[in-house]
Amino acid sequence: MRRAEDMPQGWVGSSPVRLDGLDKVLGRARYLDDLTFPGQLWGRTVRSTVAHARIVRLERDPAFDWSGLTFVTAADIPGENVVQLIESDQPCLARDVVRHCHEPLALIAGPDRERLEEALAHVLVEYEPLPAVFDPLASTQIFKHYAYEREAGRIDEAFVRAARVVEGRYRVGHQEQLYIEPNAVCAVPRPDGGLSLHGSMQCPFYVHRALQRLLGLDDDRLAVIQTVTGGGFGGKEDYPSMIAGHAALLARKSGRPVKIVYGRAEDIAATTKRHPAVVDHRTAVAADGTLLGGEIRIVLDGGAYCTLSPVVLSRGAIHAPGAYRWPCCRVDARAVATNTPPNGAFRGFGAPQTLFAIEMHIEKIARELGLDPVEVRRRNALREGDVTATGQRLRESVSALAALDAVAARAGPLERPPRGARKRRGRGFSLVWHGAGFTGSGEVKLKARAGVELTPNGCRVLAASTEIGQGTVTVFSQMVADALGVPLDAVEVAVPDTSRVPDSGPTVASRTCMVVGGTLAGAARALERRLSAFAAESFGGDPSRVACRGGVFREGARVLAPYSVVAGRHLAEHGPLRIVEQYSHPPGIVWDDDEFRGDAYPVYAWAATAVDVEVDLDSYETRILRAVTASDVGKAIHPVLCAGQIEGGTVQALGWALLEELRHRDGRVLNDRLQTYLIPTALDAPPIETILIENGYRHGPYGAKGVGELPMDGPAPAVAAAILDATGALVPELPITPDRLMAALGKDPA
Amino acid sequence: MIADIPVTSVRSLDEAYAVLARRAAGLRVLAGGTDLMVQIQARVGLERIGHILDIWKVSELRHVTLDGGTLRVGALATYTDLLRSEAVRAALPALAQVAREVGAWAIQNRGTLGGNVCNASPAGDTLPILIAAGATFVVGGPRGERRIAAEEFFVAYRKTALAADELLLRAELPALAPGERLVYRKVGTRRAQSISRASLAVRARVEAGAFRGVRIAAGCVAPVPLRCRATEAALEGGGPGAAAFAAARAALDGEIRPIDDLRATAAYRRRVAGNVLEQLLAAF
Ligand SMILES: Cc1cc2nc3c(=O)[nH]c(=O)nc-3n(C[C@H](O)[C@H](O)[C@H](O)COP(=O)(O)OP(=O)(O)OC[C@H]3O[C@@H](n4cnc5c(N)ncnc54)[C@H](O)[C@@H]3O)c2cc1C
Repeated sequence: MRRAEDMPQGWVGSSPVRLDGLDKVLGRARYLDDLTFPGQLWGRTVRSTVAHARIVRLERDPAFDWSGLTFVTAADIPGENVVQLIESDQPCLARDVVRHCHEPLALIAGPDRERLEEALAHVLVEYEPLPAVFDPLASTQIFKHYAYEREAGRIDEAFVRAARVVEGRYRVGHQEQLYIEPNAVCAVPRPDGGLSLHGSMQCPFYVHRALQRLLGLDDDRLAVIQTVTGGGFGGKEDYPSMIAGHAALLARKSGRPVKIVYGRAEDIAATTKRHPAVVDHRTAVAADGTLLGGEIRIVLDGGAYCTLSPVVLSRGAIHAPGAYRWPCCRVDARAVATNTPPNGAFRGFGAPQTLFAIEMHIEKIARELGLDPVEVRRRNALREGDVTATGQRLRESVSALAALDAVAARAGPLERPPRGARKRRGRGFSLVWHGAGFTGSGEVKLKARAGVELTPNGCRVLAASTEIGQGTVTVFSQMVADALGVPLDAVEVAVPDTSRVPDSGPTVASRTCMVVGGTLAGAARALERRLSAFAAESFGGDPSRVACRGGVFREGARVLAPYSVVAGRHLAEHGPLRIVEQYSHPPGIVWDDDEFRGDAYPVYAWAATAVDVEVDLDSYETRILRAVTASDVGKAIHPVLCAGQIEGGTVQALGWALLEELRHRDGRVLNDRLQTYLIPTALDAPPIETILIENGYRHGPYGAKGVGELPMDGPAPAVAAAILDATGALVPELPITPDRLMAALGKDPA
Repeated sequence: MIADIPVTSVRSLDEAYAVLARRAAGLRVLAGGTDLMVQIQARVGLERIGHILDIWKVSELRHVTLDGGTLRVGALATYTDLLRSEAVRAALPALAQVAREVGAWAIQNRGTLGGNVCNASPAGDTLPILIAAGATFVVGGPRGERRIAAEEFFVAYRKTALAADELLLRAELPALAPGERLVYRKVGTRRAQSISRASLAVRARVEAGAFRGVRIAAGCVAPVPLRCRATEAALEGGGPGAAAFAAARAALDGEIRPIDDLRATAAYRRRVAGNVLEQLLAAF
């Protein structure tokens, strides 16, 4: 027994008060809009009012007083007019053609916000309309197409052998992330011609690279600094690159700091949403509900530009078969263009869409065969040793059945009102899986780096991973404190600033804890080894028997020196010490991008959900009475935060199930306010019972997999299944608004 | 610019009338502000606002009293005032019940009955109750006071019978007589902070097996909160029962004019108004 990792100090697995919590609760945390920058101007965006058109005129109204205002168009861009992401199709400011409503055309900065508001109305834009497409099924422009198969040669035979062939089409709509803090940045020009960009964001290095390309700046003259961020949910993955570009252009032209803070309406209308999807299933089933084979077709509505659609699509396509065994199947997935604002990242990233479809399809299969839907799930659920549709053998940490059983046991009997009552009750289940970390070879390509830096009392975490309300700072500190053998408060976490921290990759894909946390724990262990050797050398001891624990270096039971003494001496003798490590993908995890085959994710998280509803047959309103979830997250580093992620994600998913839907007319967003885009209130959130299953993952830090996105997957199909149970109506489209339920019910159910 | 709009705050009706006498044109009254501030923020009709008269502190408009058979509710009585009032609970409990269902606490503390009435939204939650209850609105200004029956107050979509120099002073409602009931239901969009999709209020008594004194009003199914006279007539004097309810439903269907909007489709509103009518009638 020597290594600190073998002697956990107990931070991991405990639930200390979250480190950013007090400042936020007391209003001391300073969000971007709370910061003042000397001489700062405000920026606003001129946006298109049509969905698809050629711009024939874009100029300032000569009758308006433009003095003191800075005006920027595409012609002012020093570098490339591109928002850097997967493809280079999205301009930072539209040039000749607009492809969606609310698309940025020009920018104005000035010292007075009211005057800017007026100036916006004095930018004269004339369009020559072009045909617009709003129905993804009618779109002919494909951003990405994936097709993959398992045992394709057996599919035809499966349909011949089938006791029944079940078909269904399932749809979901646009969902808004609705973080509390709208998008906000401030660009500050520097005397060296460079730029510092402060902002609310998930991925500082995305913004960094976007600004480099837009402005033609090298690394030395650019710093992107994350400010306290009031939520992201994917909505601040790619969009900050756009708004940061806008502020930077205005700052460069005016020579002054420029702040852009979106109002709620602008944020809802202009920024990315969850991709709407249409998913078709055709499935061959045996009489006992065994899946024999199937075909799945997916169409994601990408909106006007590609943004992250290809990766959203690949995750959606891989999750489409659900947490089930398929002897053979074929998946065809497309992301297509329409003339609505681009869709992008949103918690779950394509998986909630396709998981809703498969879960509703399982309900339909069970109905058509007269079987219990939970039994159908149990019969087909993936088990350890099974092979997924992409050909991945699941070697460890498979908990589909455990989750389902845990939820079924906790749910207990459901009390139902007497027959004929105007309020009906029902219960629905769902079973989902969620791949942890990037899809396929994403991590291998990214080569994430993160590290620690020696401080007099402990260390400082260096990573670009952002705290966006999910608890990153606390969880990182816990893992590093345990690995280094110091108290929690001896660990500080550096503000993500691209000029000071290594690129640990974006804060997305439920990868922060598992991938970056694991890398950090490794770096902290390396630091502990380095210091242990130094302590042994300085204070006498056998280096192989020295370790730090509880902030004290010991050889066995003998105290050598407190951490601060060892660290102080090391700093004095050797100067600053930084250990940065690169994430290494677990051995034997192999993915073939071209064939779309292999180990799509190193491991999966699993969850089952049960939801009880009451449906009012007079008003067609659905009230959620209770939600029970069981989630296998590998290891809950911080059980309270982990349960918090599950509860919050569940409420967000329940909102998507019943309320949340962005509506458009001719590509223009209609419900861009909280009065019209409805999310659940505290009264709409039911009691949520969260069961944590810790089926550890060998290569995850302390066994952790990932939890951030998982709770977005299961609740919506469970609600739909519960409504089906209560009323007999299978509503194949989210959200299940009272209007939709009324239409699906036709006449009153018996 | 918003910041340039002048605001005058008054503490008494006399002061308010003096302002109204001087410059009624372009003037907007501010009570709790829970409708007006939202409209200003969204710049709805901003160009028509030249001047704001803030009456929030005019305490003589903030009473709730029961006097003989008449419940008097001052225009500035808030939802919190209503739901805490003994007088409301005794005379017309539905008014306390609806107050509890408006917005959430902050809105209930700040929003006023007068604001709900003068905002004249077809989705205003108290309006069907006021109409079904047989309320009379007392309005006043520098030229004197007058009385307007609730169902005549709402003249067109979001238009009231108020003149530019008039304020709503109070609503007067006949208290429920023994044997009489006023039942209502709001069908909203969610469980709090919810704007109605459809709402209905029914006042009646059943005497010797027959409906008497039937008054019915509906919200969100026409450009104005609607008194449903044909539905009333279909019920008046008849007995409760499936056939009578079906006839009433048919009459309601004939007199409402719902539309599609962001909150619901016309078809939904029509169906739910009928369902709720039958549900409410079944309670008698
Ligand atoms: C979050 C939120 C939730 C809400 N929920 C509901 C709800 O559930 N149900 C519902 O019905 N409404 C709801 N509302 C709307 C609003 O709160 C109510 O209509 C409220 O009663 C308005 O009262 P107020 O005093 O705030 O009106 P104000 O905003 O002050 O005024 C509204 C209008 O009436 C005029 N006015 C006010 N008082 C007088 C007077 N005495 N004489 C002449 N004119 C006058 C004003 O000029 C203005 O045009 C909600 C609003 C918000 C912001």
